[in-house]
Amino acid sequence: MGLEDLFKTVRDRFKDKDEKSSPLPETHKKPEIPGNLLFKCPRCRATAYMEEFEKNRKVCAHCDYHSRLTWRERLDITADKGSFREFDGDMVSMNPIGFPDYEKKISRLSCECKTNEAVVTGECTIQGYRAVIGIMDSHFMMASMGSVVGEKITRLFEYATERKLPVIIFAASGGARMQEGIISLMQMAKTSGAIARHNEARQLYITVLTDPTTGGVTASFASLGDVIIAEPKALIGFAGRRVIQDTIKQHLPDDFQSAEFLLENGFVDMITDRKRMRKILSRLLKVHNYRKQEE
Amino acid sequence: MSRISAAKRLELIRNKNRPTVNDYIPMIFHNFTQLHGDRYYGDDPAIMAGLAFFMGIPVTVIAHVKGRDIDENKRSNFAMPHPEGYRKALRLAKQAEKFRRPVVCLIDTPGAFCGIEAEKRGQGEAIAKNLMEFMSLRTPIVSIVLGEGGSGGALALAVCDELMLLENALYSVISPRGFASILWKDPTLETQAAELMKITSEDMLELGVCEKIIPEAEGGAHNDPQSTAENISDFLFEAVQRLIKTDVDVLLKNRYEKFRKIGMFSFVHE
Ligand SMILES: [Zn+2]
Repeated sequence: MGLEDLFKTVRDRFKDKDEKSSPLPETHKKPEIPGNLLFKCPRCRATAYMEEFEKNRKVCAHCDYHSRLTWRERLDITADKGSFREFDGDMVSMNPIGFPDYEKKISRLSCECKTNEAVVTGECTIQGYRAVIGIMDSHFMMASMGSVVGEKITRLFEYATERKLPVIIFAASGGARMQEGIISLMQMAKTSGAIARHNEARQLYITVLTDPTTGGVTASFASLGDVIIAEPKALIGFAGRRVIQDTIKQHLPDDFQSAEFLLENGFVDMITDRKRMRKILSRLLKVHNYRKQEE
Repeated sequence: MSRISAAKRLELIRNKNRPTVNDYIPMIFHNFTQLHGDRYYGDDPAIMAGLAFFMGIPVTVIAHVKGRDIDENKRSNFAMPHPEGYRKALRLAKQAEKFRRPVVCLIDTPGAFCGIEAEKRGQGEAIAKNLMEFMSLRTPIVSIVLGEGGSGGALALAVCDELMLLENALYSVISPRGFASILWKDPTLETQAAELMKITSEDMLELGVCEKIIPEAEGGAHNDPQSTAENISDFLFEAVQRLIKTDVDVLLKNRYEKFRKIGMFSFVHE
């Protein structure tokens, strides 16, 4: 074992389950008989009509698993209507180590995910409070962190530091983006440096850890919030479950690396239901003396 | 200098006789005094740290402990740290800041340990904290990759003012083996992966990741550990001398910029 797979993570873990059960709600997955009409929970295996599931903000009504959202869905349930202004939406990856077909993959995903990269950043208000926001989308290359993710997050913090604004990041990631080699590793240092400066400017940083947050993102900006919130049942960890299982050769409990496991071990401040997220975020902004925007 | 392939270097750094920190520390530093523990949980044998004189200058040394044989490796967990290892490193880096001592990090690790306890004690948090704190540590930091610079586990000691690699050392986001097993579902393709990944010292220089390459003895450091240690000392001395004379605010600004500019991206035109 070893580092082999330090960053090989969730994708594999859930692929297993996918194979055994029905597909995750990703439109490009091969449809089975019920097609897109049914949601089958990857955690508890319960099924629900897609329509009901979506009405429930993509939360499993049976086990409370908060499933993965696209950046657009997340934005819609988080920001005040019409308040979002995107930053750097036209920034795209290059191919620093000349990885075969990397550009092709990026441009295909750009169309499918309606974004040029795995994180969308910008400014918005939340219940009237102005905040700088970053939303990672696991549908885009498992939201792995390469140059663009690192640069956008860094710019986000620099913008907020200069204007004395709070930052909220909805984290999700399979880890560092291997296709960019060592350059992707360096993004961990770069983003952490920008957070250090935001700290020195005494501004609030909130991270919301969503399913799944792992690898290099867990080992950098996702773990550095003043307040760390997690969504119920989200997978959060550093190493991949299978890597650990291969190392220790024993069964891992089901809740290992869950949001609940992290809360118990002291690594998140709270687990917050999607329904209450806006309220909690705005309350945190208020208690840090940020002012509501005038209409 | 003709380039040695990444695959050949993979062999070189795995050579059983390749010198480790246990060999280098007495050759480079004087009066090395080891300090133990993170003050919260325990003492991680995968990271050794302490105080020493380097060319007469007091320094703090933080190093991954690769063993020279299986017993030593078992004792130091094959240089794969747990969170308490990173927290010990941070404690002693902070102490170095207090006393305005330069910090010298010697990197040689396959990566952070992957296990239940490591996760429970916050492996991700421990590494993240080091990245952030080292970025604003108000004292010079020089890091040297001696052999294997494996992913986040290496980076946690590599946020620095100047990064150097020994000529045959490798630095990568994931091991070539891991890379091959993810991408091609076949870990035996590690030599192909090593070539593709751009992980050699020359690659690091070209990509702007490291500042200097330290030459090794002819045919690899194991052929003459003493002369390799002397090369390390020369490079380290030049850097430390220069950095301790630099104003701390300038130092921090340069350190930030060094990482800030790494990344390759462009903009799609409307
Ligand atoms: Zn469920």
